[in-house]
Amino acid sequence: MNQAWTSPAAWVGRSALETAGGFGRFGGFASSVVRSAGDVGTWSRLLISHMARLGVESLPIALFIAAFTGIVLALQASYTFTGAIPLYFVGVLVGKTMILELGPVLTGLALAGRVGANIAAEIGTMRVTEQIDALETLGYDPLAYLVVPRVLAGIIMFPVVVAFANAIGILGGWITAINLLDMSTPQFVRGLRLFFVQFDIQYSLIKAASFGLSVTAIGAYYGFHTMGGAAAVGRSTTQAVVVSSMMILVLDAFWAVVLL
Amino acid sequence: MSIELHDVRKAFGTNVILNGVSLTVEEGETLAVIGYSGVGKSVLLKSIVRLLEPDAGDVYVDGQDVSTLHRDELYDLRRRVGYVFQFAALFDSMTVFDNVAMGLRRVRMPEPEIVGRVEESLQLVEMSGYDDRLPAELSGGQRKRIGLARAIASRPKYVLYDEPTTGLDPVTTAVIDGLIIKMANELNVTGVVVTHDMKSAYRVADRVAMLYDGGIRFIGTPAEIQQAEDPVVRGFIEGNPKLAQEAVA
Repeated sequence: MNQAWTSPAAWVGRSALETAGGFGRFGGFASSVVRSAGDVGTWSRLLISHMARLGVESLPIALFIAAFTGIVLALQASYTFTGAIPLYFVGVLVGKTMILELGPVLTGLALAGRVGANIAAEIGTMRVTEQIDALETLGYDPLAYLVVPRVLAGIIMFPVVVAFANAIGILGGWITAINLLDMSTPQFVRGLRLFFVQFDIQYSLIKAASFGLSVTAIGAYYGFHTMGGAAAVGRSTTQAVVVSSMMILVLDAFWAVVLL
Repeated sequence: MSIELHDVRKAFGTNVILNGVSLTVEEGETLAVIGYSGVGKSVLLKSIVRLLEPDAGDVYVDGQDVSTLHRDELYDLRRRVGYVFQFAALFDSMTVFDNVAMGLRRVRMPEPEIVGRVEESLQLVEMSGYDDRLPAELSGGQRKRIGLARAIASRPKYVLYDEPTTGLDPVTTAVIDGLIIKMANELNVTGVVVTHDMKSAYRVADRVAMLYDGGIRFIGTPAEIQQAEDPVVRGFIEGNPKLAQEAVA
């Protein structure tokens, strides 16, 4: 029988201890990564290639999601507002929702799957095939070589990808509005500008940078601590995606509480 | 200068692997460490360059206490100790050239010198012309040779070989053994070879140490170990399970 049913108190206690231990281990890992960031000579020459892999190569999936999100937002807004609220509010809803919420969060979740899984699998495979040990024997700090450039690339490139996603989402909403709804471009733009404040963009990009940090750091953490063989790499990859997706939602709420 | 281990202990949970191992590897010699699978040979090797931290005891390399070295000192030391991994551990996304050049780039060697050194190292392991291949395009024996070329590219004083011939056919095994001897003779490398292949141990080693039950059971020259009367040693070197079981009983 499941342990949770036979001894729930013990199970809760053990789970709490494991969770606290996990946070402690991640804290230790994070502080080591910060220390390794001082080894600029090692990570700086890898940064650009990781930015390209992590950012540029993620653009197609992020833009695909954003375009369809913009289309659906415009249609749903029009459906909701019909007869009650002026139609130019479609522009308000598309702009605000894309920039403040769906642009960063949907892109973050998509990249948690693409980037987080990739980092966990790549570093995990290097761990189980002793390539990380080999790096150490050649005098490299593996955190400076493998983790720091990926984390920095995530912090830099997630906001770039999100900025494009926001733009494409709004573009999708606009094209839908002028083609499928009874709206003109000036109407859509009027709505778009109605409640727009500069801070919305900053808020969106701050969230994106924090998602970039968490997705890459969590992926690297699980990859780095992989022990065993192919099954362990699979487990690490799954854990990285699940935990970083949860972290994105937690951070989303955190920034809403702190900044709005 | 040499490698010294004093009373080294290492356990994983309740499983005690090394229980007070003391050993000295003299400069210029090749020491083979033999023993059953899982007895802690690789753990011992990894302790020398602190890929694993012993729970107790001291490891000295060139008189430096490895456990007390700061991060930068440790990486300096590791550059003086080449390490050949059991399954080569080549960087699978890099070409043979880049694999061998990795350690040289770390010390900021100028690129023209790197090209020369990589070529020289590949010649030493008889793998010239393989520069552009990826590890996936090589056989097991070739990968091990590239692993050896990578380990010796920075001309280390010591090379640690973790089961360099495991899984290879007898001819390739003899080739790898020949390379280990060549490293000792031509580059004056001090070597520690972990193996459970007795033929290899006799071929490459100046001395052989047998690790058993967490400690050193026997240490001596290949001639001496072949004369050993200890049934545990005899059972192992003769590959005689009955003798080994009787010794344990």
